[in-house]
Order: sequence, then structure tokens, then C-alpha cells
Amino acid sequence: MNQVASVASSAAPANSITASALRRHTLWDAVLKHGTRSAAITVLLLLGGVIVTLIEGSWLSLSTFGPGFLTTEKWNPVSEEFGALAPIYGTLLTSLIAMLIGIPISIGIAIFLTELCPPRLKRSISTAIELLAGIPSIIYGIWGLFVLAPFLQAHVQPVMISTFAGVPLLGGLFAGPPYGIGIFTAGIILSIMVLPYITSVTRDVFETVPPTLKESAYALGCTTWEVVRQVVLPFTSTGVIGGIMLGLGRALGETMAVTFVIGNAHRISGSLLAPGTTISASIANEFTEAETELYTSSLISLGLLLFLITFTVLAIARFMLLRLQRKAGR
Amino acid sequence: MQNLDMGRYNRRRRVSSLLMIGSWFAAITGMAILGLILFTLFWRGVGGLNLAVFTESTPPPGAAGGLLNAIYGSVMMTVLGTALGTPLGILAGTWMAEYGRNSRLATVIRFINDILLSAPSIVIGLFVYEVMVVTMGHFSAWAGGCALALLVLPVVVRTTEDMLLLVPDGLREAASALGSPRWMVISRVCYRAAKAGMVTGVLLAVARVTGETAPLLFTALNNQFMSTDMNAPMANLPVVIFQFALSPYPEWQQLAWTAALLITVTVLVLNIVARALSSSRLKKD
Repeated sequence: MNQVASVASSAAPANSITASALRRHTLWDAVLKHGTRSAAITVLLLLGGVIVTLIEGSWLSLSTFGPGFLTTEKWNPVSEEFGALAPIYGTLLTSLIAMLIGIPISIGIAIFLTELCPPRLKRSISTAIELLAGIPSIIYGIWGLFVLAPFLQAHVQPVMISTFAGVPLLGGLFAGPPYGIGIFTAGIILSIMVLPYITSVTRDVFETVPPTLKESAYALGCTTWEVVRQVVLPFTSTGVIGGIMLGLGRALGETMAVTFVIGNAHRISGSLLAPGTTISASIANEFTEAETELYTSSLISLGLLLFLITFTVLAIARFMLLRLQRKAGR
Repeated sequence: MQNLDMGRYNRRRRVSSLLMIGSWFAAITGMAILGLILFTLFWRGVGGLNLAVFTESTPPPGAAGGLLNAIYGSVMMTVLGTALGTPLGILAGTWMAEYGRNSRLATVIRFINDILLSAPSIVIGLFVYEVMVVTMGHFSAWAGGCALALLVLPVVVRTTEDMLLLVPDGLREAASALGSPRWMVISRVCYRAAKAGMVTGVLLAVARVTGETAPLLFTALNNQFMSTDMNAPMANLPVVIFQFALSPYPEWQQLAWTAALLITVTVLVLNIVARALSSSRLKKD
């Protein structure tokens, strides 16, 4: 009886506790659900904000120069005539050099890590390559300016100039004095910087190749290279291209390292060894010095242009990698 | 016939070993570059490392001095950026993993976030310049911190979502079956299970913004003197490196190398700690 009474007496408060707890839980559920949802939408709005702001900021320059902005080489702050052709040229050319050097080395490292590397070393070498991605770009800049550029100037560029001097097309590409800094040096620094990005994506997609496929190829008598060329690369091509695009996106937008070593000259020179400029380097170098509205606006137009270019490249990269994920999921 | 086949076979093997040697060479090149950069940093940076670096402010040209104001500024802006970006990122990542998951909105946000993750940081700087610096009328540490927050955000969103997706659904269902409301399932079960991974994400984000220069160039600018006013331009290590390394004064160049060493060591330590954290979690699983 006593027991029943105590149960009965404790049941009533318990019920009211449950009711208030339920209300509290409903409230918290709503708070968390809508709080997280609005945070997620904020991420979306921020990107929208970036695009709108850049268009707004570049309006003055775009309406002044029109489409000619993209095809004019002239960049004269004094007479206020601005054209983006030289930075666009520099951006594309440095990224092209970076890709030409970076892609074979990255894929080489990925092949090494997945096919050749002794298992004991695999983890530490992977980590070391990934640490390259962690080093801030300004460190690459200071290293490029004080170590790489003098080295290239003293030992590499003179050899290139004398080797290609008589050759019709290459002679023009490697003409002029060895400055040390310039488009070529910027391309080399960029190739080092994109290395870890391409390598880690490539390595990851190489590891998705089913071992039985590779083993069958080996059993048929294929050499290691033939297995890579005929089995691994065809199987992973979408992912590898995705990784390359990711690296390209990085190279196109890279700022500080390039600013240090490119020489910041607003002109298009036929020679790779000459100083030049890129979109990001122009902004970094000149933005705080830009005094007139039109000058600032022109630099923001460059930023908008850079954003659109990298957006396209990165979107392609994501699309490629997504397609591979779907394929692997099936 | 026999000879012909052997010749062909030998050629194939030669091609293969040649390319594999190339692959070894590529790996060695990668390692050598990392070693070379670290070696140069220590070689040129350690010489300038003394007590004055941590107790004095950046000097005028030709005089001796330290990096106190720049270190202070870097720490303050990194803390501000992390404090702003992390909660927002964790909330957004939570929504994408727990509520949105396969919805169209989540797919769009995931795509946008991936773009933000790799977008050139200088563009983020331009955005914050237009939104904050122009509106406020002057450069400030607040603007610098906000620019860094925009770089922290996508990293945290991405890792939070990835880590929460690794939590098995069985765990969520078990908690729900015991009568836990959704918010409790997320905060008491999912967050606990994903904690190490989420911390790793935040550490990686901090490592990323520690060395960021481009977005600070026209948000926080620089300040030659010690300043604790968040509403004014503030010195920071990356911009000091940029300015001092390109100067003709040897004292300034030396300080730039020392600052570079400090930043790199910080970033690498953060990276290694983050990696250790995530690998110890993997071992436990």
C-alpha cells in the first residue's frame, strides 16, 4: 500500500516534468534545426555576396572601357587607361608552365606511392608531400625570391638562352637577359605549389582501382608501366583530370608567391624569361596605391575576372570528381 | 622467333624501368624541395631569433627591432577569424549532414562551399574591402579578422559535414529509439563521436589562415607601431614579411626571414597535431 502510494505520488509530478521536458525538447529541436539551416544558407549568401560586390565594384571600369578592357594591353595609371590583357596573359602562361612541369611530377609521385613505395615509407612520404600544401604561399614567395630566382639566374637561364639561341621558335621564347625573376620563375614556383594538390587527388583515385584488375594485368605479363598506362590511368582518368583542374584553380588564383617573383611589369613580352604580371599579382601590388576611383575599379574588375576564371575551372574539377564518386558508388 | 620476342620483351621492360626510375625521381624531387625550403628557413631565420623579436615592435629602416606588434596582430586576427568562422561552419556542416543531407539545397551549398574552399584568397580580400573597409572608411583589424573568418568557414563546414557523415546511422537510430529528441541525438551522440575529426578541421583551418597574406593586404593593412585597437590598421606577420622581404634594408630582410620561420613552424606544428589527432581516432575505430 505504502509502495503504491509512493508510486502514485511520484507519477503525477513525473507526468508534468515530461510535459515541460517535451516542450523544451520541441523548442530545442526547432532552434537547432532552424539555426543550422540559416547558417547553411549564410554560406550560400556569402558567395552570392562576393559576386554581387565584385560586379558592383567593377561597374565603373567595365562601363568605361567596355569589352575592350579584356583586349587592351595598356595599363597606365597616370592617363587612367587600363586594359587586362597583360595580366590575363601572365596568369594563363604561368599556370600553363606550372601545369607542364607539375602534372608529370605529381603523377610520378602518385605512381610511386601506389605502385613502388615500400609500405613502411608510404605514410611518411605522403605526409611530407601534403605538408608542402600547408606551407603558406608567402613562404614560397620569399624562398623563390632569395633562393630559387638567383639560382635560376646564375645556372639555368644562361644555359637555356645559349642552348636555344639559334632555334627558330624556342630562341624567341628564351631570349633576353637572365633577370632571375619573371614569368618562367613564377611558373616554376607555381608548379611546386600545385604539386601536393594534384598528387593527393591522383593518389587517392589510383587507390580506388580494384586490385584484381591490376593483378589480372600483371598475370598477363604486363610491366608496371603498362599496368599504369593501360589499366590504372584509363580507370581513373576522370579523377586525375579533376585533380589537375583543382591544381589549375590553385595556380590561377595564387597571389603572394607569384607577386614576389614575377617582376610586376604590365607588358606582354615574347620571352618567358622577361618580367610580367598576373591578375592576382597586379591586385596585390597596386591595390593600396590606387588613388583614383577608376584605378580601384579596374583592379576590382581584374578580381572579378579572376574569380570567374577560377570558378569555371573549379566547377569543372568538382563535376569530374563527383562523376567519379558516383561511378565508384555503383 | 624466340630472339624477336625476347627483344620486344626487353624493350618493354626497359621502358617500364625507365619510367619507374622517373617516378622515383619525382618522389625524391618532392621530398628534396620540402627539405630545401625548411633548411633555407632555418638557415636564414634562426640567426635573427632573439628575445628582442618577441619584446620589441617593428623598427624603422636601418634600426634594430622585433616583431611583437606583428605577432600580436596575427594572433588577434587569427583568433577573431576562428571565433567567427568556426561556430557558423559547425552549424552549417551540421545542417548538411543531419537535416539536409540529400536535399537539393544541401547539394548546392556543398558545391558552393567547395568553390569557396579553393577560391583565390585575394578575391575574398577584395570582397571584405568593398563591404567593410569602404563602408567604415578606414582599414581595421576587424576587417582583417572577418576576411580570415571567410577562409576558416569553408574548411570547417567541409570537415564537420564529412565527420558527421562518418558517424554510423545505427548510433542515431539507437539514441532515437531510447527516446532522445533530435537535438540531443546530435549534440550528445553525433558530436561526441565526431569530436576528434571536427577539432582536426578547426586546427587545419587555423593553420590555413595563419599564413594568409593576400586578404590582409587591403583589410588590416599594416601598422609600424604596437596597436591593440581592433578598429585601426594592425600589423601582422605575413604582411610584415611581404613588406620587409622586398625592402633593401638588411635588418628588415633578416626580420622577414625570422617571421617566415615563426609562421612556418606554427603552421607545420598545427598540421602535424591535426594529423596525429585524426590518425589516433582512426586507430580507435
